[in-house]
Amino acid sequence: MVAVLEKLGHTVEFRPAQTCCGQMHYNTGYQREALPMMEHFLEVFRGAEAICIPSSSCVAMIRDHYPKMAAHGDAALKRAVKNMLPRVYEFTELLVDKLGVTDVGAFFPHSVALHPSCHSLRSLNLGDRPAKLLGSVRGLTLVDLPDAQECCGFGGTFAVKNADVSAAMLSDKVRCVLNSGAEVCAAVDNSCLMHIGGALSRQRAGVRVLHLAEILASRDEKGVA
Amino acid sequence: MTSARQEILERIRNATGGSTPGREAEYAAVPRDYTCAGSLGADEKLELLVDRLNDYGATVLFAKEGEIAARVAGALQARNKSGLLIPRDLPRSWMPEGFNFFREGATYEEVDASEGVLTDCALAIAMTGSIVLRHSAGEARRALSLIPDYHLCVVFAGQVVETVAEGVRQMRAFADIPITTIAGPSATADIEMIRVKGVHGPRILDVILVA
Amino acid sequence: MSTYVGDAAKAPKFQTAAKALVADTQVRHNVRHATDIIRQKRAKVVGEMADWEELRESGHEIKQHTLRHLDFYLEQFETKCTAAGGTVHWARDADEANGIIVGLVNSQQAKEVIKVKTMTSDEIKLNVALEAAGITPYETDLADLIVQLGEDKPSHIVVPALHRNRMEIRRIFLDKMNLSELGYKPEDLAAAARSYLREKFLRVPVAISGANFAVAETGSVCVVESEGNGRMCVSLPKVLISLIGIEKVIPTFQDLEVFLQTLPRSATGERMNPYNSIWTGVTPEDGPQEFHVVLLDNGRTKVLADREARETLDCIRCGACLNACPVYRQTGGHAYGSVYGGPIGAILTPQLQSMQHSQTLPYASSLCGACYEVCPVKINIPEILVHLRNKVVEQGDAPWEEKMAMKAAAYVLDSPERLERARNVGRIAQKPFVKNGVISHLPGGLDAWTSVRDLPALPEESFREWWVKREREGQV
Repeated sequence: MVAVLEKLGHTVEFRPAQTCCGQMHYNTGYQREALPMMEHFLEVFRGAEAICIPSSSCVAMIRDHYPKMAAHGDAALKRAVKNMLPRVYEFTELLVDKLGVTDVGAFFPHSVALHPSCHSLRSLNLGDRPAKLLGSVRGLTLVDLPDAQECCGFGGTFAVKNADVSAAMLSDKVRCVLNSGAEVCAAVDNSCLMHIGGALSRQRAGVRVLHLAEILASRDEKGVA
Repeated sequence: MTSARQEILERIRNATGGSTPGREAEYAAVPRDYTCAGSLGADEKLELLVDRLNDYGATVLFAKEGEIAARVAGALQARNKSGLLIPRDLPRSWMPEGFNFFREGATYEEVDASEGVLTDCALAIAMTGSIVLRHSAGEARRALSLIPDYHLCVVFAGQVVETVAEGVRQMRAFADIPITTIAGPSATADIEMIRVKGVHGPRILDVILVA
Repeated sequence: MSTYVGDAAKAPKFQTAAKALVADTQVRHNVRHATDIIRQKRAKVVGEMADWEELRESGHEIKQHTLRHLDFYLEQFETKCTAAGGTVHWARDADEANGIIVGLVNSQQAKEVIKVKTMTSDEIKLNVALEAAGITPYETDLADLIVQLGEDKPSHIVVPALHRNRMEIRRIFLDKMNLSELGYKPEDLAAAARSYLREKFLRVPVAISGANFAVAETGSVCVVESEGNGRMCVSLPKVLISLIGIEKVIPTFQDLEVFLQTLPRSATGERMNPYNSIWTGVTPEDGPQEFHVVLLDNGRTKVLADREARETLDCIRCGACLNACPVYRQTGGHAYGSVYGGPIGAILTPQLQSMQHSQTLPYASSLCGACYEVCPVKINIPEILVHLRNKVVEQGDAPWEEKMAMKAAAYVLDSPERLERARNVGRIAQKPFVKNGVISHLPGGLDAWTSVRDLPALPEESFREWWVKREREGQV
């Protein structure tokens, strides 16, 4: 992500004090524990011009749930959230909407199936932004992923609390990935990729997973290792 | 001792704060941006109705005013029937010579043993292929259009509306009497999701469309 | 507590039931087959509607408005229904409803009743109460008949016998209907059901139904169905008893124009279901001469009181969320241990029980949002699931190991220094488990992940470390 943005001529800042948006706790029912994480997040990113996040689920957490959590807080907290929301971007939103770019000059001569994570599909409505970006990558063949809209089964703590169902859902997703014939399965969320990639690895399926940003940063035939 | 009624209403009022005088205005403000009025011409509307009727397996017979009895005769011959049950107020002119028509008053067993029923309808909805029956005193009571295996129904072109909204608004006018809407012969898909026609209601529906 | 939802309070945890069902290949196949078909059918007829989103919005607003003024609309319904010759009873909970209904059947000296599909009757275990009182209930919906004769439980809101294929159904009919022979085709099975039930329709004097909608403005009741058994039950017997949840009321007759469009398309993928029956009170010389409505609370007012979860009561029982749900697709309905399964079941079942039971149901979801997408009344099920998870934790019912783990994680994630340290510890602790950059096995509870998937090892150099090094080396 850093490589892509710097190549486009922008200054990237990383604030090491950042920890976590609080999604895992919030979604598992530990809203009380998620609150300090939100407050920390707001503190860390205060004053940033644009906050770029390579994870649609984190962005959905911030957009959908930070206002709700802030509603229980004081006026200052509500103001801080309101202030920050317009400056939060998911990575493809930043590129396509804010920077007006779909071709980042990448080269990646492989076939890629795009898995649209649930948050990117239904919470952020990213639509065809990821596909447009991949479509401009030289040498890349974008293949159709059957039943793409079907959840991969990660769901945060769901993968552990309901391991059997999660595995069954993962089995369906992996079958679709393999049926697509793609060499690489890409997504805008590392959580889905860890889950899908974990199964592909376990099954010795010969297909790898990459985050969209890694593909967009790719400049030579080997891509990112 | 509080009655169940009192207690439930109290629980509701505790939960919501109770209904307010603003209720009517609030209801009027509910958005209704869905399609209400139809946009098809008269012919297109009939075509759509026929298409939908055929789609769910009803046979449509066309008639001009004055040809109804002839169509009824044709349908009965085609289906090998000698007569039908009819509601009390069915027009005499619809009944062809040479067949037996029995008016209301039959027991359920007699209705079950009959060859079928001939009725009019209150209206029809083209978009869904629905036929709406109004069970007033002179029209078929509910059992009559339900128990027999064969239903022959007369629909006039002027009775056809295009949309469900138009249909429901017309139905409102006679909402105090029982209403049945029919959109195909009875069916089930409970066995492996394979649609099977004819479980309990009439398995065969013929429609005489009078235009 | 006589508020209950079938036997949900005694049902095993979702993950326990799911484990067995995920391993049952027949169920997996049947459920997949059925949900694939309904999804396609629904998509086709919904795709035809240019005003689908507007219909959803109106449906949502009508329901929300009704709930805000529920006391008014229930009283209006009662007044109108009574004026038309009906009798309205009120039941605070399942036991009270059963008492009323058994009393009504007894007052007819009837020993049999015919029933048309109503999940509400399963919710209150009406058949159990009837049988205990020496009354035999006959289910007349084909699927409910299959379930009843098969001594089984329903697994879907709209297609309760979805978990059975034709061979199993044929076996059940042969055994229980005392048939000497029976074909294998669905037509044969449907014909067998038709004969078996017809004599009951024409003879049994008392019927029990539910209702899809109760119209306050006119006091009318509407039953939506496909097979014709509904029409039989509501128009042939002498006495009709309709058990209706208080959330089924809608303000006006005109409101039916919204729901009669969204319900059939969502439930069975049809433009219109074969039959709708609408009647008001009693009609001389046509149909039942005695009509009783039993309005049921059984926990609904609790749901009403929780503003964040109130829209659970908007549900029109179409079942579309079940068909869309990738979790339901893998387990079928029995995993939920409740007459209400799938996404709507996961939020309704625990709430009706005041969050005392079925506490694993709100976790039976990956929060993918497919249910919300297809809900014809726009219930934000994922939001409510998270809200209920929070309730389970707040009331102290989360498993203690999970609580410890979450608190520990929160402790680490609250501080960048602790997070850094945890990463360093992790990098050391993982060493015995890493081969070729991948971890295939983790000890104890952590194996829930690695039993099925590999885990990428923590990288030698974290992003943070890379960044700091880069800055130091002045590469920016």
